Amino acid sequence: MLTLPPAPQPAPKRQVFVGTALVSAAATMLVGGMLAIWAQFRADAPFRESPRRGPIKDWMPKDIVVPEVAANMMLIAFFVVCVMAQWAVWSAKRNDRQHAGMALGMTLLMGLATLNAQLFIWSQMGVDVRGGAFNSMFYAITGVMTFLVIAGLVYTAVATFRYLGRGNSDVPTLSAHALYWYFLTAAFTAVWFVVYVQK
Amino acid sequence: MTSTETHHAAGAASSTDAPAIATWLTTADHKQVGRLFIGTGLLGLLGGLVLAVLVAFERIDAEGFQLLDSGSATQVLSAARLLLTFGAVAPLVMGLAVAIVPLQLGSRSIAFPRVAAGGFWMWLTGLTLSVAAIIGNGGPSGGESEMVDLYLAASVVMVLGLAMAALSIAVTGLTSRTPGMGLLRAPFFSWSSFVGSIALLMSLPVFIGTSVYLYVDHRYARAAFGGNFGVNNWVGWAISQPFTYVLAIPVLGFVLDAVPVLGRTRLVQRPAANVAVGLVSVAIFASLTHRAVTLPWEGDGFFSGLGTKIADLLPFGLVNVIPLLGLLGVLGLTMLTLKSAKPMLAAPLPFAVLGLLMILLGAASHLLYTVEDAALGGTIFEAGSYVAVTFGTVLLAFGGLTYWGPKLWGRRIPDKAALPLALLGFVATALGSLPYMVAGFADQPAGVVDGFAYSGPQELWNVVTTGAFALMLLVSLAFVGLAVRSFTAGEPAGDDPWDGTTLEWATSSPPPADNFSDLIVVGSEYPLADIKNQGKVG
Repeated sequence: MLTLPPAPQPAPKRQVFVGTALVSAAATMLVGGMLAIWAQFRADAPFRESPRRGPIKDWMPKDIVVPEVAANMMLIAFFVVCVMAQWAVWSAKRNDRQHAGMALGMTLLMGLATLNAQLFIWSQMGVDVRGGAFNSMFYAITGVMTFLVIAGLVYTAVATFRYLGRGNSDVPTLSAHALYWYFLTAAFTAVWFVVYVQK
Repeated sequence: MTSTETHHAAGAASSTDAPAIATWLTTADHKQVGRLFIGTGLLGLLGGLVLAVLVAFERIDAEGFQLLDSGSATQVLSAARLLLTFGAVAPLVMGLAVAIVPLQLGSRSIAFPRVAAGGFWMWLTGLTLSVAAIIGNGGPSGGESEMVDLYLAASVVMVLGLAMAALSIAVTGLTSRTPGMGLLRAPFFSWSSFVGSIALLMSLPVFIGTSVYLYVDHRYARAAFGGNFGVNNWVGWAISQPFTYVLAIPVLGFVLDAVPVLGRTRLVQRPAANVAVGLVSVAIFASLTHRAVTLPWEGDGFFSGLGTKIADLLPFGLVNVIPLLGLLGVLGLTMLTLKSAKPMLAAPLPFAVLGLLMILLGAASHLLYTVEDAALGGTIFEAGSYVAVTFGTVLLAFGGLTYWGPKLWGRRIPDKAALPLALLGFVATALGSLPYMVAGFADQPAGVVDGFAYSGPQELWNVVTTGAFALMLLVSLAFVGLAVRSFTAGEPAGDDPWDGTTLEWATSSPPPADNFSDLIVVGSEYPLADIKNQGKVG
């Protein structure tokens, strides 16, 4: 009697997307945990008198000025990256390789812009890492955020090569890639508020 | 569907003519990665136990004869905990999960196999550098500044490696189950490994973030976290209760899988078992508080400020009571199952029951430790709880290795030799933990091994614990010897030596590179039992 060969193993279900979602959740705990410690230190700091705002928390040293325009631009750039990453998904789903490729290129460019903004903020603020609790913690939290952004840029580069190399079959990877940038935007929004706005 | 699944490459890597060492170094086969975790975990266990014996010996005559000076003793104490927690328990449990979960789920490979393999090498590198830093007087409270920096950086690498392995396991649980197998229909070891991996993924990043703060502050400023003396204040939760329960979660599934099979019965109240395992994972909230959540009971005044008390009780209940309830649930269901069972005399069974009892002892004693009116804070009572949970988890891991040995290396560990080890391991765990608990009530201090005196019979309790740790070391050595002998020259096990009901027993022992030759569609929680019944009917 003739028998059919065994059925192939079904392809795993949205493995890259699920993996990215879990990594994003874990990284949320990373950034969230660091922000919680930051908030605790700020809450424990004593008050000092500010000439403009009255009594404020004596957490950020007096001589440090946050370049708010650069920080705000960085936040806006993150939102633009999300739009670009989602545009790539939208185009890829419609087999529009040209627009998908352009959107991925823009994602990379705007991601680099956020990195540039962070470098600008560091150089403008001129925080001496040895200067105290605020200073060392500022570099720790913004450094971790920068590391996550660099990981996002690498992800964008890999997703771009995979998409352009494999044709139109890699939509799930682009969706996962967009999810990671959504996470980065949410994480930076929290960092922006706690570190650059609330100070 | 796009995927980075690379099981064909993994299989090819293990079957080429490359030298064996190159195969081990570059493998992405989940079974080999699991074996690497387990092998190095066993070595870490032996190292950790040697140090534990040394520390316990130092405590016997704390004001007289000493082998170590006070600085070295503190470092040895740190190294013992690091090795037992992250060098033994974590890799043993993680190794079992990496090797067995894909087999139980009917999958050909683990998800992201190279992430799992990379996780192993990162963990090993981080652990080795951490131990090297401690040897160089750089652990918590260490005196060598650069070595403390190395310790902090290495511990980040080590924990990141574990998180990568946990990611692979969690994604496998979510995406690689064979058709028909819902998550709640998965075998309990897979379920508990999934829950444990998610718990690790949510808590280890908090450790990483805190360690980054500590590193930058210690290296450049020393203004915020107390320098080298502050390390354990901020990340000590990772080598203490209740976080140690999180590391034990996957092997709770071994108990729930093995007991019914070895008892030739079915687990009672299966959904309740899923819930019980989930409750233990609530212990991850310990990572958010960075320290033990205690309850200021205040005797008669408890009801005077009810609002404050409720605020105290909620986190206390969440972190300390709910995980204990989960452990009680697992034990209760195990006992109910055994009540109607006709158990076979097999080594995994005593390992499972006795190990679980010890973890429960540790969790119950930790609950007492955290009630402030018991005045146990700062005493060695905490070490008693730690020993019970850690050694209990090691016993469960030994049980898992005895149970799944056929799938790991194709041969069985002989029951006759392993059974006494389970009993001796139980005795060693009980005698290693209970005296510390008694000494805690007599105010023996924690965290120091010399230069202290207290009201209790110091020599008696510390001699007993030294002997118990030495016994655990001998048990572990004997187990490693048995495992190695079984690995090299043991009796071939056969594909299904326990008459199992889950899918790992449906393939050969050891399994081929791609695990299964046929696709298996699952129709119940006991797929292999279904296949066997169909065969009988047919």
